[in-house]
Amino acid sequence: MRKSLLALTAGLLLAGNVSAASAADKLKIGFIYVGPIGDLGWTYQHDLGRQALVKELGDKIETTYLENVPEGPDAERSIEQLVRAGNKLIFTTSFGYMDPTLKVAKKYPNVHFEHATGYKRNPNMSTYSAKWYQGRYIQGLIAAKMSKSGVLGYIGSFPIPEVVSGINATVLAAQTINPNIKVKIIWANTWFDPGKEADAAKALIDQGADVIMQHTDSPAAMQIASERGKLAFGQDSEMIKFGPKTQLTSILDTWGPYYIERVKAELAGTWKSENTWGGLDSHMFAMAPYTNMPDDVKKMAEDAQDAITAGKLHPFKCPIIGQDGKQVDCKGGDHLDDGQILGMNFYVKGIDDKLPGK
Amino acid sequence: MVEAIILAVLAASTPLLIAATGELVTERSGVLNLGVEGMMIVGAVCGFAGAWLTGSIFIGALFGIVAGTLMSLIFALMALGLAVNQVATGLALTILGIGLSGLIGAGFVGERITPAMHLHIPVLTDVPLIGRMLFGEDGFVYFSVALIVGVWWFLYRTRAGLILRACGDNHVSAHALGYPVLRIRTFAVMFGGACAGLAGAYLPLAYTPFFIPGMTAGRGWIALALVVFSSWRPGRLVVGAYLFGAVTILQLHAQGWGVGIPSQFMSALPYLATVIVLVLLSRARSGGSTAPAALGTVFVPDR
Repeated sequence: MRKSLLALTAGLLLAGNVSAASAADKLKIGFIYVGPIGDLGWTYQHDLGRQALVKELGDKIETTYLENVPEGPDAERSIEQLVRAGNKLIFTTSFGYMDPTLKVAKKYPNVHFEHATGYKRNPNMSTYSAKWYQGRYIQGLIAAKMSKSGVLGYIGSFPIPEVVSGINATVLAAQTINPNIKVKIIWANTWFDPGKEADAAKALIDQGADVIMQHTDSPAAMQIASERGKLAFGQDSEMIKFGPKTQLTSILDTWGPYYIERVKAELAGTWKSENTWGGLDSHMFAMAPYTNMPDDVKKMAEDAQDAITAGKLHPFKCPIIGQDGKQVDCKGGDHLDDGQILGMNFYVKGIDDKLPGK
Repeated sequence: MVEAIILAVLAASTPLLIAATGELVTERSGVLNLGVEGMMIVGAVCGFAGAWLTGSIFIGALFGIVAGTLMSLIFALMALGLAVNQVATGLALTILGIGLSGLIGAGFVGERITPAMHLHIPVLTDVPLIGRMLFGEDGFVYFSVALIVGVWWFLYRTRAGLILRACGDNHVSAHALGYPVLRIRTFAVMFGGACAGLAGAYLPLAYTPFFIPGMTAGRGWIALALVVFSSWRPGRLVVGAYLFGAVTILQLHAQGWGVGIPSQFMSALPYLATVIVLVLLSRARSGGSTAPAALGTVFVPDR
């Protein structure tokens, strides 16, 4: 009884806050956030995108957001809540909202949905994501150059393809600089828990890692690296404030232009279900300034960024050898195709660890 | 390495221990306050605000304690004064706390402070292995140990502690004997709130020195569960809190070493290990649960 009560309360507690402004005939746009808008990472950047949208089209639209919505079945209720409140275009901004979004989308064919980072679509449900692995590749190059111990520390959230492809891109890049580079991976099994992220960073540093990278949302790991005099990469957001002498660069999510484009299409009645997967070339994300590194490393990073943007360098250039020693099928000509990257569920050769669930 | 692990374990366990100690006293008086998470997060934001404004970690901790106490007074007013259902009031307190902390903290997001200093005694602190563990912690860690020892002494060695437990086991009898049940419970609730506020303040003041909404990340709920699984005994609470912290940190290290156990299982391990050990402990000793008999029941004195 007591425990079922606790479970119930956890659900209630995470129901989140609603904020809205009212106006009668404006187009209503809804957002579902997985964290608090003040997380200084993933959700914060989505909310910056929403704010850019309001600034651009504020006279024609009205936005609502629900923050702290847990992933999984409970999200369905929150998404439906936005539908019933009259929102006509709803952005669900985390991988774990995929199935709930699809379920609600099938129930309400007249409402349009946009799901971030997933792969399931419907005539009224688009997906959008960014090729962050391009940024991870650049980080891998920098990390291998800057690491003295030859051990990189990587804090993962959940072993989903987006995170796995980031790890692989990092390692492939690092191996071009130092073929014997080691990467230690710790899965936090959460997107957001500053204490746990800090503990993971401490564990990695205690085990010899001197460059920390993360795929979780808070600046805690950056701060620990800074305290211990190590180097680190930010995540989603500019985190240099938490490690002025620590941050090498950071992948900055820039959702604003995409949100504006999609809402304009909705206003014009030309919205279609699409799969958008933009990279450095389409400005779906940007790299924070390259800091705390010598000029030659900085130049190498900038050159790599230019080459990737121009399409001359592909992080998953074939041949790619999997952890099992077998060569991975090369479906995209001279590099892996998008499907292989979006569904990536293997580690490349050179990673000692085992992929959870494999 | 062992030293580093122990330090991390103590840091991870301390907020759980402080919050659970407070809740243990509250529940021993017969009141179930499910608002620990809410009081913690308000303690976190106020603690950060205090330290940021004054530059003093000590004043920050005081802010956290006061904030947690004020939150618990809301609970006392509703659940004791107006005899509202305790479960519902506690849940409402958590939801209120999370919203309130976001509101207060909006201006502090992204700011940083210098974390609490660690003790340093020449020679003693430099003793290998145990030196930093015993003589190199921050003040919160020492305080948490003193707190739980003090609570144990109070509950089992003082007359006031006996009266408090009597209120928790049979409030009608305690009332008939002339003890002011509601006043005693109010103090117990306030103590719980003060501890939760301090536990919350520990996070931005010592653990991760910045404030972010939701940074307690469910620690209040773990503290609540620890109280239940320790069968309301201070000694077992210490075992539970440190065990939970230890397994949390060790599983992170085990992942780094690459032991090949699925990380999802490893993440669940702290919960599993703590529940199993504490259940075994309580079976071995007294058999059956020792919940305060009047826990969570409403008391309206007849005059």
